[in-house]
Amino acid sequence: MGILEVKNVSKRFGGLKALSDVNLSVRENTVHAIIGPNGAGKSTLLNCLIGKLIPDTGSVMFDGQSVLGRKPHEINQMGISRVFQTPEIFSDLTVFENVMIPCFAKRDGAFRMHAIGKTSGESDIIEQAERMLIDVNMQDKRHVQASSLSRGDKRRLEMAMCLSQQPKLLLLDEPTAGMARADTNNTIDLLKEIKAKRDITMAIIEHDMHVVFSLAERITVLAQGTPLVEETPENIKGHPKVREAYLGEAQV
Amino acid sequence: MHGTKAKDTTLLIVVAFMTMFAPFLLNPFPAGSELAQFNAGYPDLMQRFVIFGIFAIGFNILFGLTGYLSFGHAAFLGVGSYSAVWMFKLLSMNVIPAIVLSVVVAGLFALVIGFVSLRRSGIYFSILTLAFAQMSFNLAYSVLTPITNGETGLQLSLDDPRILDGGGPATSLPVTNLFGWEMRESTTIHAGAWSFDLSVGYYLSAIIMLACFYLSIRIFRSPFGMMLRAVKSNQQRMNYTGLNSRPYTLAAFVISGMYAGLAGGLLASMDPLAGAERMQWTASGEVVLMTILGGAGTLIGPVLGAGFIKYFENIFSKINEGVLHGWFAVMPDGIEDLLVAIVYPFVGKGWHLTLGLLFMLVVIFLPGGLVEGGQRMGRFAFRRRDRKAGPVESSAAEKRAASSKPAE
Repeated sequence: MGILEVKNVSKRFGGLKALSDVNLSVRENTVHAIIGPNGAGKSTLLNCLIGKLIPDTGSVMFDGQSVLGRKPHEINQMGISRVFQTPEIFSDLTVFENVMIPCFAKRDGAFRMHAIGKTSGESDIIEQAERMLIDVNMQDKRHVQASSLSRGDKRRLEMAMCLSQQPKLLLLDEPTAGMARADTNNTIDLLKEIKAKRDITMAIIEHDMHVVFSLAERITVLAQGTPLVEETPENIKGHPKVREAYLGEAQV
Repeated sequence: MHGTKAKDTTLLIVVAFMTMFAPFLLNPFPAGSELAQFNAGYPDLMQRFVIFGIFAIGFNILFGLTGYLSFGHAAFLGVGSYSAVWMFKLLSMNVIPAIVLSVVVAGLFALVIGFVSLRRSGIYFSILTLAFAQMSFNLAYSVLTPITNGETGLQLSLDDPRILDGGGPATSLPVTNLFGWEMRESTTIHAGAWSFDLSVGYYLSAIIMLACFYLSIRIFRSPFGMMLRAVKSNQQRMNYTGLNSRPYTLAAFVISGMYAGLAGGLLASMDPLAGAERMQWTASGEVVLMTILGGAGTLIGPVLGAGFIKYFENIFSKINEGVLHGWFAVMPDGIEDLLVAIVYPFVGKGWHLTLGLLFMLVVIFLPGGLVEGGQRMGRFAFRRRDRKAGPVESSAAEKRAASSKPAE
């Protein structure tokens, strides 16, 4: 039984069948990669997990509870955080405030009215946020406005924000898209470090096979809305179905 | 972070000083001199400065922090005024119960309107609030005449019950007061050619405005204020961070509605009558102008904007043709007439034209409002002084300029 169980999920957009009968099981404390050609339905699947889309049929269970019909913030409070393809951060706020907000969300829940106390008086939150910034090596940029960060730093910041919530499951949507090779390697190292430091399950959508094969313990290949195979990285490389999906080769 | 704290304290002290000495600062010209018409230090106008300051401070908590642009805030102002006048009619001429009731009623009203309107964001939210305000205006104007007295407006009358003051057979209308201090009471100080009016009503309003300003500083710097800025910055990320943005925006909406109700209650306390036109969309638009002109999202901006617009409305509009002829009298006749003809459309009844042009200039060249203008001027002055001082200090000046930018 995995921490995330997706059963028979289908999703249609008008006449387009984006997902049909997807089954996926992500085991606790593993890094699970979901790969597939463009239009395979990877992002749709992710959106169904975080409450952005509601699947037409099927069930999504996380940690023994269904996530369907819950609002995004409720799903997040259950322990699922997501890193987006283009970093979603609070760009008008400083780096430090960006990290403080998820710390508050973790401590106080979805809403708490503390309108009179000072932000700078919340010592436990400040301490937590500071530790997180050190973890991702951004402590020297704490007073910088987030919009002026480089793309790589925005990504790191978004990851720090997600990790501040101590999620059980971290969803990563192409975490290295548009990055230079050096930045990609930094991100791989960062993710490995995160994985080594804490109990966390990760599901990664990725195009870059270098990233996939350096991180993933299980790989699911998705094509045209259906999962083709689920295997370990060693077995996936030469898999005939995968070759067919990517290269259009006839099956031998 | 300690830097912002010190800056906030300084700002609060400066504003306290300005409001407490406003009767002197706003009367720089000797009474009876030709420039005396530019004096703004008479109680009626000063009260408007601070009361609309409260209105704009509250509006800024919603618009400046969350970015939700309400076009219906005058409804809360009007509701506050009606509540206050009813309190004067039924209970007592003391302003305290009137002000308390106006805040409470406006808060409840904001809760209902906010609950519905905040289901949408952006332009749809603005339209919804506008629709609600126009609905309230029309109701007050016609259907609810028993409560609002329709187009005449709600006024005091001699046979009001006034339970606490014990109505009785009065020969003249009673006056609003605070435990015996009448609101319209004022002392005039003569100093040489100058004269200054110190009125009870103004000082009460000013003290309440200072309290409101202090509260808004606290909200801006609190975790709640940070969440509101997060709503403006990226609502999607906020929801995917486990925060429910709806109660945050609703709380901000209700708080700003209560500020507006307080302003309405104070307006009625200074002059106990309430009319439906206070709820009209032009009044809602005015507070938007004040906030943007002064600088949305800054602490002091809305107060500046309110003062600026009210000064224009009351002083600039008084410059008529006669005054203009007086100014240009030194010119030869033909040129005098020409100059008057050119300037005339922009003053007097045409003050809206000047205000509109100013507003355009501010929005185009100073998106941060008058506050940004002040900061730029300050930075310019610092840089020049430091350049003279030598290269060593100029780097310090740059640092100062950089650090002053994100703060207000």
